[in-house]
Order: sequence, then structure tokens, then C-alpha cells
Amino acid sequence: MLLVLLTLALLVAALVVPALIEAARRRRSRRPRSRRRRPSELVALGDPGRERRAEQRARELLRSCVNEEEWGMYRDLGFVRVFGRGPGRGGIERGRGGAEGRQTGATLLRGRPPSPPGDEASPQEEPAAEAPRYAYLVYPHKPILAYEPRSRRLLSEYCVEFPDLSDAVTGSRLPDSDDVLAKWMALTGDEGRLLRDANMHLPGRQLDPGRVRRDLWRLEEWERRGRRSPHAPPR
Amino acid sequence: MKPGHGEVLLTEGDPRLREDEERLVEAFRRELDEGMWAAVPTQDPETGRRQARMVQDYSQIPHDAERVIFFPRAAGG
Repeated sequence: MLLVLLTLALLVAALVVPALIEAARRRRSRRPRSRRRRPSELVALGDPGRERRAEQRARELLRSCVNEEEWGMYRDLGFVRVFGRGPGRGGIERGRGGAEGRQTGATLLRGRPPSPPGDEASPQEEPAAEAPRYAYLVYPHKPILAYEPRSRRLLSEYCVEFPDLSDAVTGSRLPDSDDVLAKWMALTGDEGRLLRDANMHLPGRQLDPGRVRRDLWRLEEWERRGRRSPHAPPR
Repeated sequence: MKPGHGEVLLTEGDPRLREDEERLVEAFRRELDEGMWAAVPTQDPETGRRQARMVQDYSQIPHDAERVIFFPRAAGG
């Protein structure tokens, strides 16, 4: 009789214990994450308000420095296009393309943005000789991407960052808009120096080429809409 | 521009006044000594296009410049 009772007790335990464990696990997963966070993790989060305020100030600074259409691009699309500069400023070489594109003294002409491919009827069409031969897409905290505006061929990625060497322990970084402004100033002020300091790679290393092509299409559409709008920013 | 903080005003003054200029020069040199890059936002008088001018010496700052922006020097990412 005792043996039978013992067997029954074991049987009940075998059935009930897994169910209890599963119930406890479910209850734990429903609990808010913040209740499980340890104090050390809370400290590491910092002050999100400070970061938001820093980003807000950075946006104002960016807006006050870049051209109106560049600010519009960043506001609407999340990146800025910067055209390659003129001779003597050390841009990338046209025609060589890809990871071999680094050189100095390329003959590159400054000018207004080219009309998008297939938009020959545009009144802003420029002679081919005056169109910028290459341009950069500047994303916050991502590599600078060089491409040919006319063919939309992706040339290379320039991986560059602006680290705070005096505060390497916390590893803090510039707000997004400051990072874009730093790249913009370095590109428009001394393109060759920035490219020399950057690590150059073939397209696709960090930036998804599909996404970049989509961004180029978005930029084209954005500019087309801007030209049609009576409130289009001055070019 | 300071990582984690955004824009921070270092100092300001009228470069035509000697005391102010000394303070501006000192701040400029200190930032460059700490490895920062300096840029002056400028505008092309002919096209109106805005761009930046990188400066490595106080004397390179255009006389009509309203501000100099310092930011960490670029490094390969």
C-alpha cells in the first residue's frame, strides 16, 4: 500500500512540477524590463534629456552652417549630399572609380546639382562638362559614400569618425547632426585631408548598396518635387 | 562641438580689441593643441554657396568671420 502511495506521489510530482516551472517562467517574462534591470545598468543609461538637448542644439548649428537645400535634405531624407570640389583640393578621381579612386589634383568642376538622369527637359539642365562628376552622401555616424551623380554608380565608402580622444573611457560621440556637420565642414573645407584620414573601402562594406540606391532615388524625387514647388529652396 | 554635449561656447569677443583678441588666440591655440580641427563657415560672395574653410592658424581666420567651430579630428572608422 505504501509503495502504491509513493508511486502515486511521484507521478503527481512529475506532472505538476514542469507545469509550475513553465508558469513561473511566463510570469517572469511578462514582468516589465525595468523591474529586472540592475542599478548598474540604470547608471549606464545616462541622461537621455541631455542627449536630446545636445541633438537639438546640433541641428540648429547644422542649419546655420549648411546651404538651405542641404538642410532640407537632412531634415526630409536624413542625409546630405555634398558635391566633389575643384582642382587642388584632393578629391577622388573620376573614371577610375571604386577603391582605386583616391588621388590628388583631379580636374573637378564646382557647380550646381546636375539634373537627374532622364530629365533632359528640365530647364536647369547644364552642359555635361560643368556637371559635378562625383558627390558624396553624408549620413550620421556612417561612412561617407562617394558616387557618380549621372550614372548613380557607387564608387567607394570612406569610413571616418570624430572620436573624443580626451574622453575615451566613456566613448561618447558627437550628436548625429554634429557628426554630419563635421563631415560637411571637412568635405567642403579640405576634402583631400578628410579622404586621406578615412579608411576607404569598396561600396557595400558598411552601407547596404540597395539602401543607398533607394536613397539616391529618394533624393532625385525630392529634388524633382522641389523644382515643381513654388517654394523651392534656391539652388 | 563636443561628443556627448553638442555645441559648447568656448569664448567670445571682439578681435579688434586687444584683450579680447588675446583671449581668442589663447582659446584657439588650446583647442588645436588638444587635437581639434577648426573650421570657419563661409559664404561664396559670387554664388552665395555656403561652405567651410579649415584653418590651422589664428591668422588664417577671415576678418569677417563670426565664429570658429572646433570639432574632433577625423580618424579612420
